[in-house]
Amino acid sequence: MRALGGLLYRRPGLNLFLLLLPPLLWFGTVYLGSLIALLLQSFYAIDEFTATIVRKPTLATYAALFNQPANMDIVRRTLFMAIAVTIACAIIAWPIAYYMARHARGRTKALFYVAVMLPMWTSYLVKVYAWRLILAKQGILFWIFDHLGLAGALDAVLETPGVGGPSLSSSYLGMFIVFVYMWLPFMILPLAAALERVPTSLIQAAADLGATPAQTLRQVVLPLALPGLAAGSVFTFSLTLGDYIIPNVVGAPGYFIGMMVYQQQGTAGNIPLAAAFSVVPIVLISVYLALAKRLGAFDAL
Amino acid sequence: MTRAVDDVSLSVATGEFFSMLGPSGSGKTTCLRLIAGFEAPDSGEVFLEGRNVSSVPPNERDVNTVFQDYALFPHMDVLTNVAYGLRVRGVSAPERTQRAREALAMVKLEGFGERRPGQLSGGQKQRVALARALVNRPRVLLLDEPLGALDLKLREEMQIELKGLQRRLGITFVYVTHDQGEALSMSDRVAVFNQGRIEQLAPPRELYDRPGTPFVARFVGSSNVIEGEFASRLTGNAQAFAVRAEQIVALAAGAPLPDAHVEYRGALLDVQFHGATNRWQVQGEGMVIAAEPRGAAAPEAGSQVRIAWPRAAMVLLAAEPRR
Repeated sequence: MRALGGLLYRRPGLNLFLLLLPPLLWFGTVYLGSLIALLLQSFYAIDEFTATIVRKPTLATYAALFNQPANMDIVRRTLFMAIAVTIACAIIAWPIAYYMARHARGRTKALFYVAVMLPMWTSYLVKVYAWRLILAKQGILFWIFDHLGLAGALDAVLETPGVGGPSLSSSYLGMFIVFVYMWLPFMILPLAAALERVPTSLIQAAADLGATPAQTLRQVVLPLALPGLAAGSVFTFSLTLGDYIIPNVVGAPGYFIGMMVYQQQGTAGNIPLAAAFSVVPIVLISVYLALAKRLGAFDAL
Repeated sequence: MTRAVDDVSLSVATGEFFSMLGPSGSGKTTCLRLIAGFEAPDSGEVFLEGRNVSSVPPNERDVNTVFQDYALFPHMDVLTNVAYGLRVRGVSAPERTQRAREALAMVKLEGFGERRPGQLSGGQKQRVALARALVNRPRVLLLDEPLGALDLKLREEMQIELKGLQRRLGITFVYVTHDQGEALSMSDRVAVFNQGRIEQLAPPRELYDRPGTPFVARFVGSSNVIEGEFASRLTGNAQAFAVRAEQIVALAAGAPLPDAHVEYRGALLDVQFHGATNRWQVQGEGMVIAAEPRGAAAPEAGSQVRIAWPRAAMVLLAAEPRR
């Protein structure tokens, strides 16, 4: 026992390796391994006649993905929704995160953190179905608008092509509202953590050098909080790209990437196409991260 | 309610090197923050060149601060940091680059403009912070323990440089420090802070020679403060007095007491080697006195010694102010 202890003390690399081995094995097989297995499937193709998977490397599945205009519509629709949701989450999260991180103290601060996380303690499905009822034609939102005499305005919005639909619960607008609601905590928390790390003296230094509060916000606080904003937006962006439940329960009939993956690997039995579809979000997020890095989002890390 | 500073009233002359000296928590930094505008006074007012700035936000005050932690913007390079004050005031890009380069040259950091603050040493960061504040040519420069994080050698060099800069530029410096050596060596006047009040405000020489209160006597120049029965016997009333260690001489056994001196006998507790002098701790008369007798070889610890000081070296102290 003592000899082993001595050996580990003198060879810290071995010690570290032994400690990390179990979690790395778990992570490597369960997470990365299955992901790679899935991605490899996308290089197989399905035989049209027998409906069986041909286990030979081919790009035919990707060709099928890109050559179908309907598929590209799905990708575009999902991407646009993810961008809109991310921007909306960032705008709503900023003031809340800023207040939590830089002004709230003690109990108020704890209360805010609990309030932000509280919705995440409830089942995801329960929340989605609740939103369907809230957004429905006979739902509370329509009822409120009706009583405020704004029913006409709401109807006008719903008539907007591309956004509206017969009711909020079956429109892209409604889907957007539910997405923003669902992913907002994932934006607030990393943003608040980043804002919390901005030293007060930097904000004071900017003011001391003559910067107005708006200049300080734009030139000092925002660049320093960018890593948090980037982290939060990766969450909201990727969660929207991959989700298949919200588009299923709430929203317009148009398909989203997640729904396609679900359908292709399930009822259609076309695992290669499902795999190819799930590569799309990975590529989009990689592009997004590369862009963010280019713009200097991680310079302050 | 606790008060960080209370009943502090001071005025700093244009072009003066003014220091606020005190232990941590004495209110000196709060005072500086009141001048900078990071804090608003609950009562009282701040005037800058005759203008009441009590309700003016920091970005509209013509003062600049060198922060204790330097507060350099980590996402900007050194040149952009230095030029920041000019940028937000709308100075054109070529002019602000030019002036920022001049400011960097002034603190001997030419060629460091492209670096990031993270690539600089503590002393270099400190110079960048100084250049960033001075480039705006403020009326008043506020310095919050700017040398606190530097090592001794660098600190001494920077003291000389700071004083030289201040003389050359003619800017008013308000300097906060807990290091009495720093305050004494650079300042025209020093305000000694204790528990949110000013104990004494005087030029360094006067602070050193004529401390006004027991606190100042102990904090500035670390004098012996002698009070109680022994003091009463010598001064004739209950007033305390201060004697500086280097004014104390050692008497050989049997040697006569020099004229106009006070004798003090006690046991030598300990001797600390200080290079040029030795510091004796002598216990007698219910107290410990620190003495730095010149040229006297220290006897063994524990032996009885005789020390003495001239009556003229005794500085009468006012009682501690009531709080």
